[in-house]
Amino acid sequence: MTDVPQQKPDLAEVVLAARNVAKSYGNVHALKGVNFDIHRGQVTTLFGENGAGKSTLMKILSGVIQPTSGEIILDGKPVAFNNSTEARDRGISIIHQELSLAPNLSVRDNIFMGREIMGPTGVDFAEEERQARRLMAELEEDIDPLTPVEELRLGQQQIVEIARALSVDSRILIMDEPTSALSASEVEVLFKVIRDLTAKGVSIVYISHHLEEALQITDHAVVLRDGTMTAYAPRAEIDLEWIVRNMVGDNYDLGSPPEGHVFGEVALSVRDLTVADPKGGAFNVVDRLSLDLRAGEVVCIYGLMGAGRTELLETVAGRLRASSGEVVLEGREISHLSIAERIARGLALVPEDRQRDGLVQTMSVGENLSLASIASFTKGLFTQKKAERALIDASIREVTVKTSGPAAAIGSLSGGNQQKVVIGKMLATKPRVIMLDEPSRGIDIGAKAEVFKLLAEEAKRGLAVIYSTSEVGECLSIAHRIIVMHKGRISAEFDSNVSKEKIMAASGESVAA
Amino acid sequence: MSDTTLARTAAAKPAFSLGRLLLEGRAFFALILIVAVFSFLSPNYFTVSNFLIMASHVAIYGILAVGMLLVILNGGIDLSVGSVLALSGVIAGALMQGVEMQALGVILYPPVWAVVVLTCALGAAVGAVNGVLIAWFKVPAFVATLGVMYVARGIALLMTNGLTYNNLSGRPELGNTGFDWLGFNRLAGIPISVLVLAGIAVLAGLMLSRSAFGRWLYASGGNERAADLSGVPVKRVKITVYTLSGMLAAVAGLVLSSQLTSAGPTAGTTYELTAIAAVVIGGAALTGGRGTVRGTMLGAFVIGFLSDGLVIIGVSSYWQTVFTGAVIVLAVLMNSIQYGKGARKG
Repeated sequence: MTDVPQQKPDLAEVVLAARNVAKSYGNVHALKGVNFDIHRGQVTTLFGENGAGKSTLMKILSGVIQPTSGEIILDGKPVAFNNSTEARDRGISIIHQELSLAPNLSVRDNIFMGREIMGPTGVDFAEEERQARRLMAELEEDIDPLTPVEELRLGQQQIVEIARALSVDSRILIMDEPTSALSASEVEVLFKVIRDLTAKGVSIVYISHHLEEALQITDHAVVLRDGTMTAYAPRAEIDLEWIVRNMVGDNYDLGSPPEGHVFGEVALSVRDLTVADPKGGAFNVVDRLSLDLRAGEVVCIYGLMGAGRTELLETVAGRLRASSGEVVLEGREISHLSIAERIARGLALVPEDRQRDGLVQTMSVGENLSLASIASFTKGLFTQKKAERALIDASIREVTVKTSGPAAAIGSLSGGNQQKVVIGKMLATKPRVIMLDEPSRGIDIGAKAEVFKLLAEEAKRGLAVIYSTSEVGECLSIAHRIIVMHKGRISAEFDSNVSKEKIMAASGESVAA
Repeated sequence: MSDTTLARTAAAKPAFSLGRLLLEGRAFFALILIVAVFSFLSPNYFTVSNFLIMASHVAIYGILAVGMLLVILNGGIDLSVGSVLALSGVIAGALMQGVEMQALGVILYPPVWAVVVLTCALGAAVGAVNGVLIAWFKVPAFVATLGVMYVARGIALLMTNGLTYNNLSGRPELGNTGFDWLGFNRLAGIPISVLVLAGIAVLAGLMLSRSAFGRWLYASGGNERAADLSGVPVKRVKITVYTLSGMLAAVAGLVLSSQLTSAGPTAGTTYELTAIAAVVIGGAALTGGRGTVRGTMLGAFVIGFLSDGLVIIGVSSYWQTVFTGAVIVLAVLMNSIQYGKGARKG
């Protein structure tokens, strides 16, 4: 473990501090004793990869969850929040990554949702409207409080969230990835709001994956990795390289590109693929993208949220429809085929969200494993129990699922083992090409390494592997080739000797003006 | 890691617990309780002949409930089965009265087997309409089948002008006798309708537990997105279950009109709710993916034996409604106890 660096003395008053805060879920340690301070009227940014514990820490500070051990010190006194309302009453508000507004209600109703101002004859709408107008004026946003939230741009909705937090006189405002959905000009507005707020003495805790953007606004940086704080420093002492070094670390080995085999023919070829925004936006989430993948090759797609990785993979798998372009599997055009036909031809997708898209929670481990290859053990009208059992047993061995048996409930497995079940299910279809969307999401580092090892072995046997990730360390593991996506296009392509900084730069992580 | 997994699984499965056994076998124990109580209250209840009569009553609900189970396993609901049952009976009745072909100047009297086939095909077609509306046009199942429920009932009323076909026995000289066979005859002492129910239940059970389609159905009901990405033809599964539900409603309609030797357009009103109740009492989850034919059959018998028992001991039919309602609420309560914990684990 890295030594926790000593905090530099700072003149600004500490309003909120975490002391040895730890959080465990069973045997999973999401946070392992974190210390840090939030100063009055300053911005503290939390850096860290997915699963580093940023969100857990923020939820603890805002009372959403309670720490297993350690304490929170507010204005020099230890406090314990039982829920987020208690934290809000003490002046701590959080703005979640996913906005929590009711789109059908007006700006005014959203700001006062759950805390309506009551007059003698019910809700005092006039007073609410007056206060909402005052807040909007304070934020210098020209939004009429009576506009329904659904008619606002995303950036404006963010402002409404901030107004809601301010309406309870928050002294500490936690923002979880506030810019991930904002345009560059909206980010400027947000930053201006943040500067105004800090000038008034409000403290901001900021989380962002846009490193350079965060550097513009922050006064302090805290870096988390695997639930531990790896670095803490004021803005003056840090730069981008420092953050990346502390975020990613260089200790853990996720493997190296498999060697000693020759790549085969091109297994998957994508030509000028264009996919319109499935949510109905007037832009393309995948924009004239072309790529080739050879048998035995491992390719990593790196990109930020919204870069179009998931849409690319789901279109190739057949879930989404392409507006133009073609997908060729082993020399045959497959764009018109259904998902089932693509699986039968040897193209498998392991989806990003295993709870939503990967597992059937009502079925057992075994039934989940055999789900995609039912045809292989069906003879005539009926499924063959013995053949199915053999397939399940082979799968459990191959992907090393730790389970009490095929009949165990899928919910009884740990995240990593659930992920292995999803991968095992698709490998059981004997694919020629396997695509994995964020295969390491929400699994611990040991399981991560096992998953990558498994993929590297499959590649050696001639499987073409393509996986996406938003963690740069995972690109520099088993991938022979790294493709960086940005706004639906390939913005760069590297071999496995590239540096982390280069990959991150190509992903548009420096969108700042 | 391995230890955690094992420990958690072990915690979920205590060696033996009476509470758990009662919870999982609740429909079975409820049925035994009902039989015991009514046998105690009435000497006529616990006789073979009474059981066979009650079973032939259960057959109607039971057949509907099997179709409803398929739909509910898929995460849907089919409110149209009661109306389809009535429409099928009326169509069968109309066919038995003869179809006049004006152009040819003749009246066709289809034989009974043809009436049965045509009626089942009609029920399947109505079910397919439900399925297409739900799978392709994304109409919520509740709304689509509610609409079809009204349309089917309306057509049945239109066809008969609100009246009932009373003569379904056919005439020997026309060669269309035998319609009452379904409702009245017995094979080895067992009413045909009960045998029909048994056959349907066995076939449905085999389909669910042993066929690829059954697996598709459980998977797409449990998590449609995951099933879709695993190559399960989720739309086809959906259309198929509504089609089967419609067809089974037609079978139930045939059995009912044969038992009554009459076919009225108001038959089967609220039967869809009884069928849903049977499925729920049988432990199926309305959210889909969980449920068995065995449970649904137990559910159908619980409802049937309870209401017939109340009739036998002379309790007011208003009380029957209250009792049935209470049993349904209790069943759903138990379902949420059983599945509630599992769902949170995910």
